[in-house]
Amino acid sequence: MKGFRKYYGQKILWYLITLVFAVVLNFVLPRLMPGDPVSAIVSNQASGITDATAVEKMYQEYTEKFGIDKPLYQQFFAWIGNAVKGDFGVSFSQYPRTVSDIISNSAMWTICLQLPAIIVGWLLGNILGAVAAYMKGLWDKAILPVFLFVSNIPAFGMATILLFIFAIRMHVLPSSGAYGFDLIPSASWTFVKSILVHYQLPFWSIVLITIGGQAVGMRSMSIYELNADYVKYSRFLGIKDGKIVKYVFRNAMLPQITGLALSLGTMMGGALVAEIMFSYPGLGSTLLSAVTGRDYPLLSACTLIITIMVLVANLLVELVYGVIDPRVKANQQD
Amino acid sequence: MKNTIKQAFHSSKFVTGFVIFMFVLVTIFVYPLIVTRDPLEMVGQGNFFKPGTYVAVSDVVGTNSNYRLNVDTSAAKLETGLSVENRAMMADWLEKYGEVPASDIDVTDAESLVALWNEKYDPKTVIKGMTIAVRNQYMRLNNQIQHALKDSGVIIAEKNEETGELEEAKSYDGREFVNQGDLPNTQTFLLGTDNFGRDVLTELVAATKVSLGVGIIAGVIATIIGLILGLLAGYVGGFVDNLITFITNLFTVIPSFVLLILISYSVSESARGTTMVGILIGITAWPWTTRSVRSQVISLRNRDHVNLSKLSGHSMMRIVFTDILPYIASYVVMAFILQISSGILAEAQLSMLGLGPSTTTTATLGLMMNWATQYSAHTSGTWWAYFPVILVIALISFSLNLMNTGLDQIFNPQLRD
Repeated sequence: MKGFRKYYGQKILWYLITLVFAVVLNFVLPRLMPGDPVSAIVSNQASGITDATAVEKMYQEYTEKFGIDKPLYQQFFAWIGNAVKGDFGVSFSQYPRTVSDIISNSAMWTICLQLPAIIVGWLLGNILGAVAAYMKGLWDKAILPVFLFVSNIPAFGMATILLFIFAIRMHVLPSSGAYGFDLIPSASWTFVKSILVHYQLPFWSIVLITIGGQAVGMRSMSIYELNADYVKYSRFLGIKDGKIVKYVFRNAMLPQITGLALSLGTMMGGALVAEIMFSYPGLGSTLLSAVTGRDYPLLSACTLIITIMVLVANLLVELVYGVIDPRVKANQQD
Repeated sequence: MKNTIKQAFHSSKFVTGFVIFMFVLVTIFVYPLIVTRDPLEMVGQGNFFKPGTYVAVSDVVGTNSNYRLNVDTSAAKLETGLSVENRAMMADWLEKYGEVPASDIDVTDAESLVALWNEKYDPKTVIKGMTIAVRNQYMRLNNQIQHALKDSGVIIAEKNEETGELEEAKSYDGREFVNQGDLPNTQTFLLGTDNFGRDVLTELVAATKVSLGVGIIAGVIATIIGLILGLLAGYVGGFVDNLITFITNLFTVIPSFVLLILISYSVSESARGTTMVGILIGITAWPWTTRSVRSQVISLRNRDHVNLSKLSGHSMMRIVFTDILPYIASYVVMAFILQISSGILAEAQLSMLGLGPSTTTTATLGLMMNWATQYSAHTSGTWWAYFPVILVIALISFSLNLMNTGLDQIFNPQLRD
């Protein structure tokens, strides 16, 4: 049990350190750039305002708000203090709304969309890869290459293709939003149905592009494992094929789990952009509106929440890995 | 080296990828030699022309004495001239009084409808029970149809500068035609035009070139940083290794996408050209290369030939260049290939968010997608504005990945089938 605790303790500690670095980067990077952020913000906000005193007042207000006149470390702790309380300030572009309100809303949509999509894509990819390695033939020569090509289509590209086929041409699925524009969020059956219908295109576009990459990895791992000595020995012992296959796939899955953890960030980045194509009210669309509206508080909160989501997902994958991998398990029992 | 390259061309995957990539590359360089116009020239006024050949309207009705006209034939005139209501009325009459079965009437085919009408309808026959108003209505409809069938020709008039009156300059019979080949000013847009009225194909070729450039800049920078850090970590070891590994792990977990957004947002728009975007992508994409170089160097570090060089007192630089780099060159090339493809993708995604190169002088694949999305080409069904772009991104990425897999199989015999 001691080793068990040590493994998890180390993992969590490492992720906490990473989180600290991520937060620092999130704060420092935009401020490292030459120029005064306040004047940049004010000049963007004040474009069109001709009254000089009003601009001056805005400048003072933002200087105070951002604490630009204070040294950088004081600014940092003030910012961190607010961030921990969930206070990221007020959005510039959607004025009376607070950033945390916008973010908490869109983060929910993004999590509900991407988490299942990536997991389903990963599972289907692994199954396809394993089947291609074991059955060979058509699976290996035709179906896998097709998915391999599909996986090279960027996520937003897949989104537009599905959108064109199913929403524009066939009119079977809605083209944008997360629920019907004429509905008010409620617990009614029509609302749930509308959500499910709107969910299909974004979901499948992420799933489809995830499959290929995972399948290739799984296929080569499975081939590698199928040629391993223990498989030959098991065959020699006369163990049933089904059982051997189970061993093989279990072993081949392990690197795939690490692979998932490593590529989560990239996958999420792609999927966020795909959200834009569907005007899905998730973090991707919020990022876009933050960029186009030059809404700095919203943008930095978005990037922070995305980083935290990726970190948490990574940590979860690693914790699961600790339970599954027999080598880690063996260490835990010492 | 020569043998390695020869070997690479024995791998079918590598060759397939190489051929696709070369096709893209050759197109990029040959196409501008044939079509020399500026890729961002707004050829067509108005946006999203369907793919096809277009004739300038000013040439169709030229202002000189030599008028050229694309006159509608009577059939085409009927097709466009008969309103839906009129067609419904005709169908109604034919069904009720002309004793034509409903299945024989096709309102979408104007020509057959009119033929049927001429055959059955006679203004003189009086139908019992029909009011005069309705009867007159049908007669007016008949007149309209007969008028449309007549080829009245077209008169071209010019405005007199002095009096302001219209004077007949020339008249044309409805059966005068101009051979399409004789039209002086035609434009063929194989892939239509985009929202600004630019030729998508020409723009796409130019954009592919720029995007590939961005990818290569990003790839070179990421590979150089990754190579140096990987060599340092792997060869020097100890504290340096721990530090570099820590930083690398940090940046593999923190999504590079997020870093890229933060940095791009901070760089002023005037400074964010295509080169700058390439550099930014490069400096956020190195952790992968560092990881793979480091692990390769560690496995080489204690090989006999390296130890021998160390014993002979060679300098670290010399050992790295003669004893280590040649052995990891293949991995570096593979990492470089992947970096190019992910660099192109990163540019596209960044541009979709509005953080791509801020330039009006060149197009990139990402900017083309961004423009198409902003003008909602994806919801209006103008597929030619974005499908070709997606296909090019997918093709480049697919070919580079195939080349990478092919090389991987050559250098890792375990992966061979």
